[in-house]
Amino acid sequence: MSFLAAIDQHLPVIVVLAPLLGAVLVALVRVEIASWPIAVLAALISAAAAFRLVFVVEQLGVVSYRLGGFAPELGIEYRVDAVNVLILLVVTAVSLVTLLYARQSVAAEIDGGRVPWFYAMMLVAMAGLLGMAITGDAFNAFVFLEISSLSTYTLIALGRDRRALVAAYQYLIVGTIGATFYVIGVGLLYLATGTLNLALIVERLPDVVSPRALIAAEAFILVGIALKLALFPLHAWLPNAYGYAPSAATVLLASTATKVAVYLMARFLFGVFGIHVEIGPVSVTGVLILLSLAAMFVASLAAVFQRDVKRLLAFSSVAQIGYITLGLALANPAGLTGAFLHIVNHALMKGAAFMAIGAVLLRCGSSRLDDLAGIGRTMPATAVALTIAGLGLIGVPGTSGFVSKWYLVLGAFDDGKGWLAFMIVASSVIAVLYVGRLLEVVWFREPGKAALAASEAPLSMLLPTLLLAGLTIFFGIDAEMPARLAGAAATVLLGGHP
Amino acid sequence: MTAIASGSSLLGLALVIPTVVAVLVMLLGRLPNLRDAASLVGALLLFVTIGALLPDVLAGARPVLPLVTIAPGLDLVLRVEPLGMLFALVASTLWIANSVYSIGYMRGNQEPRQTMFFAAFAVAIAATMGVALAGNLVTLFLFYELLSLSTYPLVTHKQTPEAMRAGRVYLLTLIGASMILLLPAIVWTAFVAGTTDFQLGGILGGKIGPLAMAVLLGLFVFGAAKAAVMPLHRWLPAAMVAPTPVSALLHAVAVVKAGVFTILKVTVYIFGLDTLQATGASQWLVYVAGFTIIAASLVAMTADDLKRRLAYSTIGQLSYIVMAAALASPLAAMGAAIHIAAHAVSKITLFFAAGSVYTAEHVTKVSQMDGIGRRMPWTMAAFTIGALSMIGLPPTAGFLGKWFMLAGAGSLHEWFAVAVIVVSTVLNAAYLLPIAARAFLKPAGGPVAEAPVAMVVALTATAAGTVLLFLFPEVPYRLASALVSR
Repeated sequence: MSFLAAIDQHLPVIVVLAPLLGAVLVALVRVEIASWPIAVLAALISAAAAFRLVFVVEQLGVVSYRLGGFAPELGIEYRVDAVNVLILLVVTAVSLVTLLYARQSVAAEIDGGRVPWFYAMMLVAMAGLLGMAITGDAFNAFVFLEISSLSTYTLIALGRDRRALVAAYQYLIVGTIGATFYVIGVGLLYLATGTLNLALIVERLPDVVSPRALIAAEAFILVGIALKLALFPLHAWLPNAYGYAPSAATVLLASTATKVAVYLMARFLFGVFGIHVEIGPVSVTGVLILLSLAAMFVASLAAVFQRDVKRLLAFSSVAQIGYITLGLALANPAGLTGAFLHIVNHALMKGAAFMAIGAVLLRCGSSRLDDLAGIGRTMPATAVALTIAGLGLIGVPGTSGFVSKWYLVLGAFDDGKGWLAFMIVASSVIAVLYVGRLLEVVWFREPGKAALAASEAPLSMLLPTLLLAGLTIFFGIDAEMPARLAGAAATVLLGGHP
Repeated sequence: MTAIASGSSLLGLALVIPTVVAVLVMLLGRLPNLRDAASLVGALLLFVTIGALLPDVLAGARPVLPLVTIAPGLDLVLRVEPLGMLFALVASTLWIANSVYSIGYMRGNQEPRQTMFFAAFAVAIAATMGVALAGNLVTLFLFYELLSLSTYPLVTHKQTPEAMRAGRVYLLTLIGASMILLLPAIVWTAFVAGTTDFQLGGILGGKIGPLAMAVLLGLFVFGAAKAAVMPLHRWLPAAMVAPTPVSALLHAVAVVKAGVFTILKVTVYIFGLDTLQATGASQWLVYVAGFTIIAASLVAMTADDLKRRLAYSTIGQLSYIVMAAALASPLAAMGAAIHIAAHAVSKITLFFAAGSVYTAEHVTKVSQMDGIGRRMPWTMAAFTIGALSMIGLPPTAGFLGKWFMLAGAGSLHEWFAVAVIVVSTVLNAAYLLPIAARAFLKPAGGPVAEAPVAMVVALTATAAGTVLLFLFPEVPYRLASALVSR
């Protein structure tokens, strides 16, 4: 009993430390067959801790954890509330499923000697993302942002296509610029308030003498995070990164990395600066709505014309992130609930989609759209998972994608912006086109040579894929649990008590 | 209170029975006799279940069965009302006939993959029940899509390149239209009206302008591509490559009926007839449906392939219902509802006859049917009754619906609609009666040899039904008047 209570006290740090220590262990042992079990175990511990945290947060509201026992101002505070506990849950759960899925995919795509490094980097990326989500300290968030970014560059560069190197390099430059913007903003905040702890910053904001410094800080921080979350038009790095990274890494990145950045943006927008700030004549929400709409339409259209399925799905991700940021910009309960629901739902369906493509890549050696012709006949279960994920991306009733879009449309109406609701529906029609094109090739084309020779994906890859696809259906039929968590997150962000 | 409680459990049973049948069929795949018995018993049980709902519904009860709440304000719910009752009754009755016929057809033609066939068929029936009994648009949409998906393996049953192509057109048209048009229409409705529940008198009145309403109606009509209003009609002739029992399912029992049912239900319970009448938002649809009726009849005249001719006949007949819905008068809506039942029972007779001719003599073209009525008297007599009903002549069911539609159009002084009905009646006669004439008046050229007895029994029963429905139209009539009263 007291042991459990002791664990409960240290849950926040366990969530981050498990993958970090796991990474060290993998790197030290460096035995190929040992890497995967260690990685899975680390992710499992982290996921269990995050799961437990959900209950603790529902009871206590806020869990504050002082690293090393040092009080904020001097020490670093981990702060978990209804908002980031949802992110922690998504990141750990999806990472765990991804690692379960990864073994055979990694064995096929990564050179033997590099396999332990790959798993170590996956764990480091996971730890970085979790750290970004859990910390209550602006500079600590920067450190974790860099940890996750650096490990991501490595992961992308491990892709077997030579273009992966270019993609990693491109992302490295853009990502570094983004991180620099962010840290400059944090520096300005520090100058203005004299602290890096977010809660203390909020307390001291009213006393700040120079609003100009604050505005500059906000601009730098938002642009820096926008690069990380691939907000249109700062998304150019993403399709290449997702397209050429190893399959397992793509799954992890697509379902978690951008989501954590969205969370960080939401935290700064709602928790620190206040969403209704106007920078000169420009309102933050106005800009965010505009960019979100551009992402929804331009990226969806770009997806229609992709020839490689990984890139198609990557452009779709940019568009789907647009829905999430749109929900943030609506800044009302329904819109925010929709945004956080979509963070969960998109992680599940995009994870399933990229997992399915990873399986195709394993069996057919290609992710080109033409090479997926007729794959529905030779890999039916994988194709079914891909289909469910695709329907979710459109937002078809019966899939979770419908529920999150429903909340977004509700949010638009609550805000008196019927035209925004129309835009959400209209952009979904473009999703019908790119998903329809993909499914048409998968189910109705005559199989090519590679597809005919392919057999169903191995069970170790198929089961995680079907699990995520199944959840996409389940949360489309009964969205009570995710809607409750997302609703609580929205309430907290809007300043209420869950 | 107890009546309503039992009513809602009957609603649940209506979904459960065909689902259980599908599972049983899969399990009993190795034992064809037991497997087919499961289909038959299931069809009978479903009929009894739906029949048991009827007295309550006629008495004015509207049993409800909430399924799940996806999220607050977003429910899946079953709720029976007169129109859904009528559709469910038609589909469950014809499932019996179609099961008997299918067993004869599949065995007579030694078709492969029969287990898959009967299982998919049962799932399609479950989906149809869901469409008929859906209490709101979201529920209807889900089952509507399930119906598209579950009938795909039936359309592609032969697995020839031609069948696969037809299946592709079938699924892409139906799913594409519903994703691009129907789904946005539902979301639009939901947020304008604040609900997607079907309510008598409609939920949109006074909430959107006439032009927006006309556009929304267009989204619904073309989104429900199963209704095959031109130009979204091509999937239906393409799908005739499927085995005849499937054609019967598509044309009579479920699929196209789900399309026109959706349109009729939306005009009555979402837009509201009075609202449409007052705003004139559906006037354009009268012309589009009228054009479809005439154009489809003209194409049917040129078709030599019997099933193709029947397919275009279906397209025309469906647009009668759509046009009647667009007229937005209570009389015409009654006619539309009755015509759903009348067309179902007559068209299934025609397709049964076509399949019977194919099974016995492998004849598929009208030009090969000389004297066939003398060799297969039961089959062609049934065919003739079905043809009379298509034209709308007494003593067949087709007369009833048409009569109300004409009365509705006349009372509104919609002379275009009246002219369309009159002209198309002549055209229907011109492409259907020559088949009967050819079959009976030309010399026999062979001995009497009917199709397998299960098929003959089924088609005789539906032909008798076509006449009986004319003589005893009480149930559809009372349901149809309940649809437009109060």
